[in-house]
Amino acid sequence: MANDPNGNAAAKKLTAVSPITGAIVELPANVEVGELIDDPESGDELEVVSLDPITLQPAPQEEEDWGE
Amino acid sequence: MNSSSEIKTVSIVGASGYTGGEALRILLAHPFFRVQQVTSERLAGKPVSSTHPNLRGICDLKFEKAEDLSECDILFLGLPHGESQNRFEEFAGKAGVLCDLASDFRIKDGALYEKFYGHIHSAPALAEQFTYAVPEVNRQEIGVAKHFAGAGCIATCSLISLYPLFASGILREQRAFIDAKIGSSATGASPSPASHHPERAGCLRSFQPTGHRHTAELLQYLPNNGERPEVYLSATSTSEVRGILTTAQVFVDPQRTEADVWGVYREHYNSEPFVRIVKDKRSIYRYPEPKLLRGTNFVDIGFELEPETGRLVVMSAIDNLVKGSAGNIVQSLNIRFGYPERLGLEFVGLHPA
Repeated sequence: MANDPNGNAAAKKLTAVSPITGAIVELPANVEVGELIDDPESGDELEVVSLDPITLQPAPQEEEDWGE
Repeated sequence: MNSSSEIKTVSIVGASGYTGGEALRILLAHPFFRVQQVTSERLAGKPVSSTHPNLRGICDLKFEKAEDLSECDILFLGLPHGESQNRFEEFAGKAGVLCDLASDFRIKDGALYEKFYGHIHSAPALAEQFTYAVPEVNRQEIGVAKHFAGAGCIATCSLISLYPLFASGILREQRAFIDAKIGSSATGASPSPASHHPERAGCLRSFQPTGHRHTAELLQYLPNNGERPEVYLSATSTSEVRGILTTAQVFVDPQRTEADVWGVYREHYNSEPFVRIVKDKRSIYRYPEPKLLRGTNFVDIGFELEPETGRLVVMSAIDNLVKGSAGNIVQSLNIRFGYPERLGLEFVGLHPA
């Protein structure tokens, strides 16, 4: 594994597939269950619901009704 | 690639209209184009800025008569429909590259042209010399084009949004129902009783429920599997001056998801500089909004899938005078001459607008 400028082994990037857009979502190495991540294409909030395997699902949102 | 940073001279025939004026605005700011002459038979001798006040202090050209045109590298034709095909030889003798902003050379199928334009094309073979200037669906041909046929504004807006879906095989049937809402500038600069302010102001006018000419472009340029796609277009004019919003309905197979649709657009448009997928529940502008695109060359596309029926609603927005006309051609010229594609088209719009 390649080292970074400080001589530390480069961390492998964590990724998951967005259930909304199918895009590859990059996650921080210290990601935790319950964390909210933005979908890079739609901007939708995704919730991390498990770490092994890393699984994302759309985060609950307040619904608006413009049809009143 | 035909790259050259040599300055190219450009003239505009019929520069007093809205599309000609928009071409002039964009070309004046382009580093590799120098506007040489602009013509208007009616306004010959008058300063350009008296007709296009946004160019005060920017452009000191005066309108000239077309008969006084000198040779140039690129000639834009902003004439009423029919004149470009009748005067082709006159203009081809002036420039190596013609850019027709009207609808004279968009349709290569004579029968299709006659059906939607109501008359036989006076020079049907000429259409073969013109390349349809919509880079998102015609990039390779544009790179080696001789002349350019500017696309219709509604056609551009709907074609770019629907093309990937028709090409991908995701649709249950090759059929689209399109509702187009369009600003008043699309009708041109010539007044009519219908455009008189007391009649026009506040209208939401269904002006062409069937038979809109731009349907022909969609029938010709949407991908097909040997059979012509079905397109049902209705057009409504709004009180806005600029902008188009098309809302198209197509049907996908029931097992398809929105992620599949995202994937289709990602595959086709990830590297397109002017296409944006707009589908943001958190935003005030959750779907494409024409007013944010005024003056820009962007086309914003949004969609929503109704899972139980497979109905996919696709929204698309542009500025009809930029991406729907002059901007599309300048983008095509950038490709043709190997310039950076955004050159001259960098304006990102206003907010609030």
